[in-house]
Amino acid sequence: MKTTIATLLTASTILASPAFADILDLEKEDLTLGFIKLTDMAPLAVAYELGYFEDEGLFVTLEAQANWKVLLDGVISGELDGAHMLAGQPLAATIGYGTEAPIITPFSMDLNGNGITVSNDIWAQMKPNVPLMEDGRPQHPISAAALAPVVEDYKDRGEPFNMGMVFPVSTHNYEIRYWLAAGGLEPGYYSPQDISGQIGADVLLSVTPPPQMPATMEAGTIFGYAVGEPWNQQAVFKGIGVPVITDYDMWKNNPEKVFGITKEFAEENPNTTLALTKALIRAAIWLDENDNANREEAVQMLSRPEYVGADAEVIANSMTGFFEFEKGDVRPAPDFNVFFRYNATYPFYSDAIWYLTQMRRWGQIDETKPDQWYFDVAADVYRPDIYLQAARMLVDDGMANEADFPWDSDGFKVATPAADIIDGIPYDGRTPNAYIDSLPIGLKSGQTVTNGRVDG
Amino acid sequence: MTAIDPQTLDTEARRTRRFARINKADAWFKVLGLAWLTPILKAAAGDNPRAQAGEIWRLLGVPLLAISLFLVAWGTLAPKVQTSLGAVPGPVQVWEQVGSLHADYLREKGRETAFYERQEKRNADLIASRREDRVRERVYTGKPTYYDQIWTSILTVFFGFLIASIVAIPLGIAAGLSATANAALNPLIQIFKPVSPLAWLPIVTMIVSAVYTTNDGMFSKSFLVSAITVTLCSLWPTLINTALGVSSIDKDLVSVSRVLKMNTYTKITKLVLPSALPLIFTGLRLSLGVGWMVLIAAEMLAQNPGLGKFVWDEFQNGSSQSLARIMVAVFTIGLIGFLLDRVMYALQSMFTFSNNR
Repeated sequence: MKTTIATLLTASTILASPAFADILDLEKEDLTLGFIKLTDMAPLAVAYELGYFEDEGLFVTLEAQANWKVLLDGVISGELDGAHMLAGQPLAATIGYGTEAPIITPFSMDLNGNGITVSNDIWAQMKPNVPLMEDGRPQHPISAAALAPVVEDYKDRGEPFNMGMVFPVSTHNYEIRYWLAAGGLEPGYYSPQDISGQIGADVLLSVTPPPQMPATMEAGTIFGYAVGEPWNQQAVFKGIGVPVITDYDMWKNNPEKVFGITKEFAEENPNTTLALTKALIRAAIWLDENDNANREEAVQMLSRPEYVGADAEVIANSMTGFFEFEKGDVRPAPDFNVFFRYNATYPFYSDAIWYLTQMRRWGQIDETKPDQWYFDVAADVYRPDIYLQAARMLVDDGMANEADFPWDSDGFKVATPAADIIDGIPYDGRTPNAYIDSLPIGLKSGQTVTNGRVDG
Repeated sequence: MTAIDPQTLDTEARRTRRFARINKADAWFKVLGLAWLTPILKAAAGDNPRAQAGEIWRLLGVPLLAISLFLVAWGTLAPKVQTSLGAVPGPVQVWEQVGSLHADYLREKGRETAFYERQEKRNADLIASRREDRVRERVYTGKPTYYDQIWTSILTVFFGFLIASIVAIPLGIAAGLSATANAALNPLIQIFKPVSPLAWLPIVTMIVSAVYTTNDGMFSKSFLVSAITVTLCSLWPTLINTALGVSSIDKDLVSVSRVLKMNTYTKITKLVLPSALPLIFTGLRLSLGVGWMVLIAAEMLAQNPGLGKFVWDEFQNGSSQSLARIMVAVFTIGLIGFLLDRVMYALQSMFTFSNNR
């Protein structure tokens, strides 16, 4: 691969006038990319609106998708060339959980950006259990322990306690499970026979597409949900719910969405893949540039009906560094949406491994796997090699700073210290099995779920 | 006996001619849903205004009054319903969104022009730097405007409807002419007719994706999926009505055809088709109506381009304008449905000479 790049670079310098030095020899120039109406699709919208795709010679159509399943199927069938994806989707598709198809990611889209919201009614029941600050406002982060007595009441009355997340392998599923488990609640297990994920659950989690979350909660089908922005802030604006925690408060700078393409596409179109990655890196840089100076402009873009389409003021809340919990309780959240700083776009193996550990924790991976398996899957799916090639080209063209990229990373982030995570359990991607065993609720090494029971 | 003033005669003749013309036009006004024009023209032409006033009131006044009552009721009741997207919009807000959709369209056109200017410049630069092989002519990839969505839906419905008619009319004729064919077709019709369009959609989607594998064919997959779903649902009214029309031909005519020893082809073209035409057209009109309703539902569910997708996208946007924009789409869908029906009615009036108009 390195040689191809070298030849390409020399070829283009010989041939071209300076303006075209950076256009690669593209295998495919017309691309259709899918996205879900969420603020973290911003790099796609920015790359399109600011002409970064065109600069690379790419002619992109962005298409909103109805839900994560439709989006994944679109990428696998080739109707979409690539898409804004849940980090769990390429991993699950590659190991064959749900749909099987090798998908890779050369680009992580962002850090943080999600929240958990409960309905007004549940919040009223939870609030007495939440410690207050001196000024009378609730003290954050709020633990699911405050929710536990409410769930207990429901169980005593024999009523199910339903909450929503967006997809079985979504960040949101793992986040709400993490939060519930950290507060002592059982979110339920998956097994090969029962893919509802509700085996032994105190809180019954089910799938609802992101934009329908507020409406579904308002209708009373679910009492709360985990979702990306703007659908938590929307609940506050419409007065139908209260976000209780952001994912930043659960785990500082946790990895979020990725940009996914099929392995086949990347192999058949290596230069197109590079060009796409370049455009997306530039968009991410723009989003975080000069201390988020461009965020207001990004909000205006996202509020157009063809992108997220929600009201600009709702989107602005989280995008510009604030988060509103109860109505009027606006708190600063400068890192709520991170698109580039802290190496947000670099596809770290340790991020992939965290998702895999959660799949194992809840039984989506039904048996214990050796540590090496986790490393291998991560290296199959996350492709820092492509990322760094693209970054190198941008640096050479003067469109990015050398210092902004982790050139020598081995793909593992510094282990998350206990203080950065809500239940105080540190995470180190180098020891996945040890990490799984250190989590109090969830499957441990050697355990399996059969006939609706945890064995072993 | 007084001599008739030639002047009067002339005026009288002109007057009669004018009325004849108005009466002739009336047939077309009826087709176009403009029947209220006739009494106005008659009154203008000097007919007894008192008699025409009654007609005008009935054909124009009452509908207008009903519409205004509807608007007033809507305007007063809507703000009282609070939803998670704000109050239900009244007529004023909906009308504002019509303007805003048009503004969106103009903005998108501007972006399109800018895109082509950039492309031209890029290509000119490429040629200047002697790299002609890199010159590309691209079609603009922006989002479809509201008008584009309307156009897509109309094309899709006509395509699906056309296939349905091509299949249904011959089958209907066969079923009407031959008791055996009828016996064969009848159970299938009975079973498939009541199937909801949305049940067909997953099947059609799977089959189209499996069979139509090329990604750059003449039609896009989504277009085919929508169109075929429309076909499957709009097949039945045409089929049933054609069969009915063909089987109820005057028995004397059939006897005549026997006497004349007509072959099947002549019999069908000279005899069966002309007499079954009114019912075939009734079937086609019903089919197109069904097809239009089905199409919107299919587009919503499958996210295929068109007005249905527009509605679903807006619902997902959840902005404070979303509900009003959805209502614009609802009225557009209704109006287009009405126009489609009128088009079919006009065709029917042109092709058939029966009193079934």
